[in-house]
Formats: sequence, C-alpha cells, structure tokens
Amino acid sequence: MTRPPTSLWRDAWRRLLRNRAAVTSLAVIIVVVAISLTANVLAPYPFDQQDLDATDLAPGGSHLFGTDQLGRDQLSRLVYGSRISLAVALVDVLVVLLVGVPLGLAAGFIGRWVDVVIMRTVDVLLAFPNLLLVIVVITYLRAVLELPQSGLLSVVGAADKVTGGLLGVFIALGLVSWLTVARLVRGQVLTLKEREFIEAARMIGATDWRIMLRHLLPNTLAPIIVAATFGIPGAIATEAGLSFLGLGVRPPFPSWGILIAEGVRNMRAFPHELVYPAGVLAVTLICFSFLGDGLRDALDPKLKVD
Amino acid sequence: MTAYIARRVLWMIPSLFVVFTLTFLVVHATPGGPWDESEKPLSDAVKANLARQYHLDDPLPKQYVDYIVNALHGDFGPSYRSVERSVSEIVLATLPVSAQLGLLSMLFALVVGIPLGALAALKRNTWVDFTASLVTVTGISTPPFVRVSLLIVIFSLALPWLPTGGWEGLWDVRIIIPTIAIGMGPAALLARYTRASMLDVLPQDFLRTARAKGLRESSVVVGHALKNALIPVVTVAGVTLANVITGAFFVERIYGVPGIGRQFVDSVTGRDYPLLLGVVLVFAILISVVNLLVDLSYGLIDPRVRYQ
Repeated sequence: MTRPPTSLWRDAWRRLLRNRAAVTSLAVIIVVVAISLTANVLAPYPFDQQDLDATDLAPGGSHLFGTDQLGRDQLSRLVYGSRISLAVALVDVLVVLLVGVPLGLAAGFIGRWVDVVIMRTVDVLLAFPNLLLVIVVITYLRAVLELPQSGLLSVVGAADKVTGGLLGVFIALGLVSWLTVARLVRGQVLTLKEREFIEAARMIGATDWRIMLRHLLPNTLAPIIVAATFGIPGAIATEAGLSFLGLGVRPPFPSWGILIAEGVRNMRAFPHELVYPAGVLAVTLICFSFLGDGLRDALDPKLKVD
Repeated sequence: MTAYIARRVLWMIPSLFVVFTLTFLVVHATPGGPWDESEKPLSDAVKANLARQYHLDDPLPKQYVDYIVNALHGDFGPSYRSVERSVSEIVLATLPVSAQLGLLSMLFALVVGIPLGALAALKRNTWVDFTASLVTVTGISTPPFVRVSLLIVIFSLALPWLPTGGWEGLWDVRIIIPTIAIGMGPAALLARYTRASMLDVLPQDFLRTARAKGLRESSVVVGHALKNALIPVVTVAGVTLANVITGAFFVERIYGVPGIGRQFVDSVTGRDYPLLLGVVLVFAILISVVNLLVDLSYGLIDPRVRYQ
C-alpha cells in the first residue's frame, strides 16, 4: 500500500479546505476581488455622478443601496471603493515581501551591525502604535505635497493628486507594514541557520546568496504567508481610518472610510448611509482575519503568529 | 532588581529622546499652519509676525533646545489654534477625561475578555468556542470607528436606549458606548491570548494532581489553571494600551468626548503642530512607562523570571 505523493503545500491546502470559516472567508474575498476588478461593468452608475433631485434615497428601486446627500448611488460608490481597499492590501503585501522579508533575512543572516541597525529601527517604530506614526507621517506628507515643488517631489505630488491621495497613504503605510515581518523572519533565520541542513549546504560550497535564497527563504515562507495575510486587514483598516479622518483618500474618490465618515454625519436621519459601508468594511476585514487564522492552522499547527 | 529597574528607566530616556527628536523634526519640517487654511492668503508681514510670535524664525537647534528646556519645566508652548489655552493646559484638561474612559475600557476588556477566552478553551470545539472565536475575530479586525458608529446606530437610533453622544463623566450613561467601542478590541485580544494560554495549561500534570486530591472543579479551573494561564497574557498589556489610545482617536471624536485622543486628531486636521508634538510626547511617555511596568510585573507574577 502506498500513499499518493504529497507535499507541504498540498497538505496545507487540504487542511485549509477543511476549515469552514476560512473557506467561506476565502470565497467572500474572491468575490470582493472580482467585484473590484469589474467595478466599471458592475456599478450601475459612475461613483461621482450626482443627482440633486434624488438625494438621501432609501434603499430600493433604481438605487439598490440608496443614495447619499449628493444623490450619488451608494452601491456604485461601495463597488468602486473596493478597488481602493484592495489596492492598499496589495501594496501592503508588496512592502512585506520586498522590504520586510529581505531586511529580516539580512538582519538574521549577516548579523553584526546590520542586525543592530535594522532591529533597533524596528524596535523603536514598533514601540509606538502604528496608527500614531502613520498619522504623523501623513500629516507631513500632505503639507509637503500640497506645496509647489520641483524635481522628484513634484512627480510624487502629481502622482498623489492623480490617485486621489492614495500614494501618500501607500508611503505612510509602507513605513510601518514591514516591521513585524522583518522581526519574524529574523527570528526564524536565527534558529534555522544553526541547523544541520544549512551546515551541509555550506559544506558542499553553497554561497551565502544561495543559502539565503534557496535554503532559508523557502523555510520561512509559511510564517511569512500567515503574517502577510494578518497584515492585510490592518492595512485596509488604517487606510479607511485615515480617509475617515480626512487624511487619506480625497473625495470624491469613494474610499470606504470616506463613505463611513459621510454616513456618520448623516446617521441620525439616514442610518443606511452608514450601515452599508461600515458593514461591508467590517465583513471584508473579518474575512481576511479568518483566512489568516485558517492559513496559520493549515501551514503549521504549532506556529504562533499574531 | 533595583539595578534592573534603574537601567530600564535610564534606557527609556534615549528611546524617548529618539522619538521626540524625530517627531520634532517631522513637525518642524512640515510647512504651514492653520493660517494657511483661511480664504484670503495672509500678507508676508503678517506671516513674519506669526513666525516671530511662535519663535519659528529662530534657528532650528535653538528652537529644539528651548523646547526641551521648557518642556522639562512643564511648558509645551502655545497652541496655534487655541488663543486662550497653552498646549500644557489643553493636555491637563483633556488627559483626565481620556484616562477615565481608557481605564474603564481596559476594565471592560479584562472582565469580558478573560472569561470569554477561558470559557472558549474549556469548551474547545463546541459552539461556545466557535461563538467566542467569531466575537474575538470581529473585535480584533473591526476598526473602532466602525464599532462606535454601529453601536450608536443600534443602541441610540434603532433602540432609543442611550444618548447619541456627549460626555458627563464616569457616572453617566454616556460613557457606555465609547467604553464598549474602545474596549472591544483589547477584550478580543485578551480573549484570544487567554484561550491559547489555557489550552497550553489544561493538559498539564498539576491540574490532574489538583483534581486527584479532591478539589472542586471550579477552584481547579480558576485557582490553578487560569492563574497560571494568565502569566503570558500580561505581555499583551502594552498592545492593549496602544489599542486604547488609537481607539480613542476615533471614538472620542465621533461620540463627542472631550479627551486627548480628540485633541490629537483635531491638531492633525487643524495643523496645530505644537499641540500635535505635545500630545505625541504624552503618548510616548505613557507607552514607555506601561511597557516598563509590564516587564517588571513578570518578576512579581512568575518567580522563575530573574532580572539581570
């Protein structure tokens, strides 16, 4: 009797599929991604089309989720808003992979002053709430980018304007989103590099680069995936929070945070304008969290990542 | 132990210094102030006057040293926006409000989170556990501004039980919604950690011994299991404080609580940079002190921990 061949990833996938909460969440996330990719087809109206004869309509009829105080279709704004949230998620994951992982690898593998510099930076930045740092940085960015600039800053400022303030959010978020993963990867590398298989690789003459990329990196991949997934809801919530405060994406771009802020202003008379965006944001965040839980349990039951 | 405390306190100073200097530089590199927002641009003479009034025409190193000297005397300078109150006065007026709300939120988190986590561990893989996990995931992943606005819609608008906003001190119903909105995040964190820690403790031998000698199940669970399970949970106290502070930014603003979180947000949106710097400094000190207390408390709770 032989068992069909299997691999770590196939095992993990099977375990993930047995987790009902994770599968449901994954399905919801796939739907949200599909909606955001096809927003221009799905949305019944342009997100900034006003109709001052049809303001604050209740849900139903030609406006399934009602309209806001300028008569803009709420459903269309929610649909387009998903693009902003998912763009933030994507950039967050990119920063984790392109900044956090290499820095963590370098700190753990090279050690010495590289380790000290990277980890002291991480320690200082992690000692304070992410949101506090992000708000201070974005305040600076907003003020600088609004001024007439020359050179590189003018390019950044123009790009920020075109993206409705999204670029500033990316920069501020990018500053903090790599921290936990860098620390995590460093810790993993420190224990892994004492193990026999690294010694063996070294003995047959593998270069440092080869050891880092072919031996250490694949072995830290599972915790990286889990941590990256857990980082996503935090990033989406931070963007929504910044936009809610008027520091993130600028109107009329329909970030879910802006929709919620407008909903809060109108909640006494028209609570549906608050409930839909708040509900959609909450469900999206909860699904990413459940998926992260599921991935953690599937990839390594012993693994503890917060 | 004394040497350890002394060294930790001394270590706090450079790390606070780094944070303060970075914030100072960022804030001073940030151009403008609230006067840029006005409809009519100010004349250069008026701007120069404003700069002189706030000592912005001094060289940066002098401003930096002046600020530190004054701050050590408890003077954080004038606010840009508020003519009648200095930054220190604003902080002194708003910090107690936030402290009351924050402490009550932490109490809520303890009272809800720890029993929830313990219960989930005891009834592992039953509907109790699944419900608890839904509650904790919701608490951890929904941002405070979503929680507070949905609570207002449910408990102030749909069911007219509570006011829609305001602040009347600790003994007023107006504190209920902001407390729950802020406290739910830390409660969920505590529940998650308590559950994981309980699951580590429950199969251990000393619990079998306790049962074997005939202890009531309730005292086995509370007096032996939970007591030991809570040791690692203390580590989240720092995260909890961070949660409470950032939660207060949104909740105080939406619910109309005159606390320091709201001052922070107002200082950012209103470009009141001296106030922003002062408030960040207060948060930084608060967080450093709590982190120190957390580290020290390990030794009291777990005698195996030795400080060197």
